[in-house]
Amino acid sequence: MDQITMDRRSLLGAALLVAFTAGPRAAQAWTEKPVATDRVESFLALDAQGNVTVFIGKVDLGTGVRTGFMQIAAEELDVPLGRVRVIEGDTALTPDQGPTYGSLSIQNAGVQLRAAAATARRELLTRAATRFGAQPGALRVEEGAVVAPDGRRATFAELLGTGRLELAVDANAPIKPPEARRVVGRTVPRVDIPDKVFGRFEYVHDFKLPNMLHGRPVRPPAMGAVAEAVDEASIRHIPGVVRVVHRGAFVGVVAETEWAAVRAAKDLRVRWSDWAGLPDQARLWEHVKATPVAQVQVTSDRGNAAQAIASAPRKLQASYDFGINSHASMGPSCAVANFEGGRLTTWSASQATHNLRKQLAMMLAMPVEQVRCIYLEGAGCYGRNGHEDAAADAALLAQAVGRPVRVQWMRADEHGWDPKGPPHLVELRAGLDAQGNLTGWEAEAWIPKGAGGNVDLTAAELGGLPRENQIHPGNIIHNLAQPYAFPAVKTVCHRLDTTPFRPSWISTPGRMQNTYASEAFLDEVAAAAGKDPVQFRLSMLPREETRGREVLERVARLANWQTRPSPQADRTGEVLRGRGVTFCKYELVRTYVAAVAEVEVNRRTGVIRVTRFLCSHDCGQIINPDGVRSQIEGNIIHTLSRTFKEEMTFDRKAVTSLDWASYQVITFPEVPEIVIDLVDRPAERPWGAGEPAAAVVPSAVSNAVFDATGIRLRSVPFTPAKFRAALSAS
Amino acid sequence: MSQTIAMTVNGRAASITVDDPQMPLLYVLRNDLGVTGPHYGCGLAQCGACTVHIDGQAVRSCSVPASAAAGRQVVTLEGLGAPERPHPVQAAFIAEQAVQCGYCTNGMIMESAAFLARTPRPTEAQVKEALANNICRCGTHPRVVAAVMRAARG
Ligand code: FES
Ligand code: FES
Repeated sequence: MDQITMDRRSLLGAALLVAFTAGPRAAQAWTEKPVATDRVESFLALDAQGNVTVFIGKVDLGTGVRTGFMQIAAEELDVPLGRVRVIEGDTALTPDQGPTYGSLSIQNAGVQLRAAAATARRELLTRAATRFGAQPGALRVEEGAVVAPDGRRATFAELLGTGRLELAVDANAPIKPPEARRVVGRTVPRVDIPDKVFGRFEYVHDFKLPNMLHGRPVRPPAMGAVAEAVDEASIRHIPGVVRVVHRGAFVGVVAETEWAAVRAAKDLRVRWSDWAGLPDQARLWEHVKATPVAQVQVTSDRGNAAQAIASAPRKLQASYDFGINSHASMGPSCAVANFEGGRLTTWSASQATHNLRKQLAMMLAMPVEQVRCIYLEGAGCYGRNGHEDAAADAALLAQAVGRPVRVQWMRADEHGWDPKGPPHLVELRAGLDAQGNLTGWEAEAWIPKGAGGNVDLTAAELGGLPRENQIHPGNIIHNLAQPYAFPAVKTVCHRLDTTPFRPSWISTPGRMQNTYASEAFLDEVAAAAGKDPVQFRLSMLPREETRGREVLERVARLANWQTRPSPQADRTGEVLRGRGVTFCKYELVRTYVAAVAEVEVNRRTGVIRVTRFLCSHDCGQIINPDGVRSQIEGNIIHTLSRTFKEEMTFDRKAVTSLDWASYQVITFPEVPEIVIDLVDRPAERPWGAGEPAAAVVPSAVSNAVFDATGIRLRSVPFTPAKFRAALSAS
Repeated sequence: MSQTIAMTVNGRAASITVDDPQMPLLYVLRNDLGVTGPHYGCGLAQCGACTVHIDGQAVRSCSVPASAAAGRQVVTLEGLGAPERPHPVQAAFIAEQAVQCGYCTNGMIMESAAFLARTPRPTEAQVKEALANNICRCGTHPRVVAAVMRAARG
């Protein structure tokens, strides 16, 4: 029944470890295994058969990072890849390495794992040196064994013996130098793909427990409405209905079969209170500007930008907005919950099981030790979507019926109730001197307060149950401060006290919107100065930014970029072509990305087609090159979808874009050719890949449309109607 | 009012009793028969995640009542091919690594396999049109197209 616990038992049976205590499982088996991030045994177990188990707190959200972790462990321990397996995101078994977000899995968790493996390797070498009477430097490690110069071998199992090994992770334990690497840095096929292609992969949606029931939440038709009365008789005709659960605005049904639960949720008659507290979507940006500010954050301030702009002979200003997005995951959120002996276990695709555990304990007023959250892969989620909320729904329903309950949201639940990427508004000003040099730069963003903390559980919110009662849109302030050496600059974030929809992070939260506004406005400045957009950027990047200059120069070469100012000269035809560039140094401290978008714009219809999207990308050391490519492609395409199509709609009561017809996303014929150029730096530390490539998309497109047509798009999504409106206003 | 429905699923005879003959085929496959290759994505015939073949045609099983499959041949991703004898489209998806989360993959493969059976030598543009109503949120599109073209080359 509990796959992972069984696996673990067999591991313990093998009795040999760099990991946890052998011997009988204590009553509190859940917390028996060490999970502290400073212990080797938290991350690694080696068994007598030569298998390595990696325990990792970051999870594979369909990104392929599991394979990357396997490569790292296989490399540092010199074991074949096929002998490594990974256990992810189980609060009883894996270290708490923070939520899986921010493209930090390899950069942080991968580096922690590498240090643990390198520490273990050094220990194995030391033991072998004693056994063989040889210098550690003279020994080789191959295929899970240490080999002496005279050919004597000792397997890891022999070296470790049957005792318990306890080791502190040494962050300075020597890692393999680039020239010695055999697995890391090479393309390795993803381990999960064959099962996914043959229908054998177990998603959380496929997970079952004996005696399991099916639940569905019944959400209010208006977001702040309360269920005044629930008419249980209205679903009595459906065979197999077990229970209706009602707490405040939380309503759910539980049934013997999934279809009965679906029907019951649809047919259940509930009297909801009136509520219409959402702002008017047509006046969203006024609403945003009028929202009380909780905090003003100055993210960069050099010189006197206001004065530099005020005294400049030419001044520019513009306002950029980016609408509300849903994660709109392909598979609706799903979870299974089970109470047994007063303890709760959930299986979900949560990207933050350690945090979910605390949230569930709080909601249910249970000691946190009595809750265990286990990760199972779901549909890709691009940030904190509804997975945690489905787990909370399932927990409430399972508690009510005393049997395991599986909850899977319907499509409308997912589109309607996942937390949203909040509205993002940026205003910018710049000054130019007589020679077309930028004298000063000011940017102000209006974005919700909060950071990357826990997003409240919907069930707790609706049910009036304990919760943190905070909003957390992700770290959305980055990349408003600029990598360029502007003579005077000031960037400010007005952190709003509220935002209309429960916010969370969606791919590249804030960093993408800030990059979009800044890099599009920078293009406006370049055009006003009559300068080539690539040259203009290069001229303002500080000398020492060699890696930044390199990606910009490489993408320009790749795109066969013709040096000239934008827009292009001949704008008489119906279909016009143009190109736009964008540069990003992610959060100003890591991955460098430069991109060129090439577009065709139909001036009459307003339809914009991206024909090619090119990207040069430097994330330092690359673990799995094809994995990095795949992440870059995915992030570019997902962000093109957001740039052109995605916009959540709502009336005064609730979300109205509840399916794929009303919340449209990119389709196959709309996907451009994508050209990726990877800069690999094996001697550098690995940085994140994925999100940084999303940051450069909307501005590259806005800049290309301007280059083609002379029309500047400043409101995402860039729909044909918005283009036509901008054209007729010009 | 329960009803017994007999069909062939992946070459095996299956007979199931349902309370509601309007229950979509998807629920029969996933819950009654334990065939979890097809996924629920929307239940609205909009995304493709639930696609199966009925008598060789790609069909969205979320929007077909179970009773409509009575007496028919249903093939799912599991029945299309297996690691020992993969369908050319499955082999091509592995070769091109055309999967991220894989939730859409069932639909991509089943739709493409039915399409290639009708159009063995497609152009890229035809492949894109054939998959225009299949959604992928992870952005695997270029790899999916490359995989279908690879499968077509044989
Ligand atoms: S689930 Fe059937 S088309 Fe989406
Ligand atoms: S691979 Fe995730 S939806 Fe397509």
